[in-house]
Amino acid sequence: MAEEAPILAAEHVSLRFGGVRALTDVSFSVRRGEIFSIIGPNGAGKTSMVNCVSGRYRPTEGRVLFEGQDITRLGPNRRASLGIGRTFQNLALFGHMSVLDNIMVGRHHLLKTGLLRGMLYWFGGAQKEELEHRREVEEIIDFLEIQHVRKAPAGTLPYGLRKRVELARAVAVRPRLILLDEPMAGMNLEEKEDMARFIVDLNEEWGMTVLMIEHDMGVVMDISHRVMVLDFGRRIAEGQPEEVLADPHVRRAYLGEADEVTQPAEEVV
Amino acid sequence: MATVSLLPAGDYRTTYRADTTIFPTRNSRIALWLGIALVAASPLFFGRYELSLLINIGILGIAALGLNILVGFTGQISIGHAAFFGVGAFASAWLHDRFLIPVWACIPLAGLITAVVGIVFGAPAARLKGLYLAIATLAAQFILEDFFARSAWFTGGVAGRITEPLTLFGFAFDREESYLYVVLFYVVLMYLAAANLMRTRDGRALVAVRDHYLSAEIMGINLAYYRTLSFGIASLYAGIGGALYAHYLMFVSVEAFNILFSIQFLGMVIIGGLGSIMGSLMGAAFMVLLPEVVQTAAEALAGGAIDRALKLGASISYLREMAIGAAIIAFLIFEPDGLAHRWRLVKAYWKLYPYSH
Repeated sequence: MAEEAPILAAEHVSLRFGGVRALTDVSFSVRRGEIFSIIGPNGAGKTSMVNCVSGRYRPTEGRVLFEGQDITRLGPNRRASLGIGRTFQNLALFGHMSVLDNIMVGRHHLLKTGLLRGMLYWFGGAQKEELEHRREVEEIIDFLEIQHVRKAPAGTLPYGLRKRVELARAVAVRPRLILLDEPMAGMNLEEKEDMARFIVDLNEEWGMTVLMIEHDMGVVMDISHRVMVLDFGRRIAEGQPEEVLADPHVRRAYLGEADEVTQPAEEVV
Repeated sequence: MATVSLLPAGDYRTTYRADTTIFPTRNSRIALWLGIALVAASPLFFGRYELSLLINIGILGIAALGLNILVGFTGQISIGHAAFFGVGAFASAWLHDRFLIPVWACIPLAGLITAVVGIVFGAPAARLKGLYLAIATLAAQFILEDFFARSAWFTGGVAGRITEPLTLFGFAFDREESYLYVVLFYVVLMYLAAANLMRTRDGRALVAVRDHYLSAEIMGINLAYYRTLSFGIASLYAGIGGALYAHYLMFVSVEAFNILFSIQFLGMVIIGGLGSIMGSLMGAAFMVLLPEVVQTAAEALAGGAIDRALKLGASISYLREMAIGAAIIAFLIFEPDGLAHRWRLVKAYWKLYPYSH
């Protein structure tokens, strides 16, 4: 694949629910290896856009291309094996499973063991496969610093840790593109710093392209390579963080035309 | 939770293999072998009646485990489990009579046939959830019951079907003392298979579908496939249980597999503990033994001082029925997580005794 080809491209995507226009003619592309953020006021269609990429919603019009392949009509469960992973805005862990099992679910499409071989466990290679993947999963656990809770049921963990487990589960899919829906929501400063560091590491060391929705403008401006702004389902700006920040439309729609917009580190909304 | 706290201090896992065993501690493994050995030795000290209770627990336990995989692990519902149990029973008898397949081979084959039937009737599960699915499975119950009554070629019609005992190398397992080992073999086999399933890919997928189907789908899990598969697995277990039942009683009648029996299976998995493998066996044991215990109590009561004072007389037998119902209700109120959970609590208590803080 050519260097310039985008890993993800949305072409004129529109999404309507009856008369409600969630997205109108949104086009953007995410380049391989970048951190791309989508920002915008509540209800602007950010999560709808991510849902179109992850397959939860099917765009009414337009196309979504992943690595040049049209995935608009592909079922959500098929996209994991293509290399798309995601986390959710509201926690979506498997509450009664242990953290370890949660992350192992992320390996689903990489595991070959079927029903029969699973039942036979010791014969037929299921055990061998489990242990191999366990090793890789432990690396992810190590990276996200959740060793101490690996056996705890995910539903019993505090919020910040659950967010991290969710990230671990998405990483376990071994995605080339990872979609993060508000990874910092509801976190304190320290947890946000940790999370920002994880995202940057995922991008730089693990080589994942990141598509992120986030309200914390400080984080968005610090770590994103490019930013797109949505408002009422329309794309109103896209570009480098500084450009977007300076855009008068963006200020009016989202950041607010406050006295001075010279303090981007402040959280808006 | 429990798994962590139940490991003795200083018991550190140094390999991933040691960390993925079904029975985490040495004591639990000893208890397992001891339990199997006790059951295997039980013909030495139990009469035929007690053995028949054990056999029933085993057979129902296998079928209940199937239902638990469906209800407890995958979060679906079925009120037609007894019908699948019946399919297994008739299929095994029919295979033997019609194709002269030896009984030992009929039992697993009947399981497979039932699994196919289960997948067909479970197909709505790919679309339906909750109460809607319950009604769909209720339809399966009635359709199959009707089928049993009408298809004399398969079930012997209203007269029922006589079945042959299981024979292996000329030895007939036609008595409680010998059939117990057949059931024990299948219990160990099916429970191990379920435990293995639950720690590998497909088992995790089932639980993931239960806990959060939207994110399960994003993780690459095909919801329709796993929802239907879970019906297939449940029916496989029901079919094998049914086949064992058929060759134990040596007679299968059409009326046996009614909706009450289906509800009883649901009672077993709820009382035993939804989403617990050993809980299924505990629930089956509870359901089989509770009437026995109450019966013994009723017999002790009959003719006693209380009986005379209250003039109970014949109504003792009604009391017995009510006591069973009351016990189940009390159970659901005081231990909604089932016997398996209570057992964990008991273990945790003794682990820390006498320093429980």
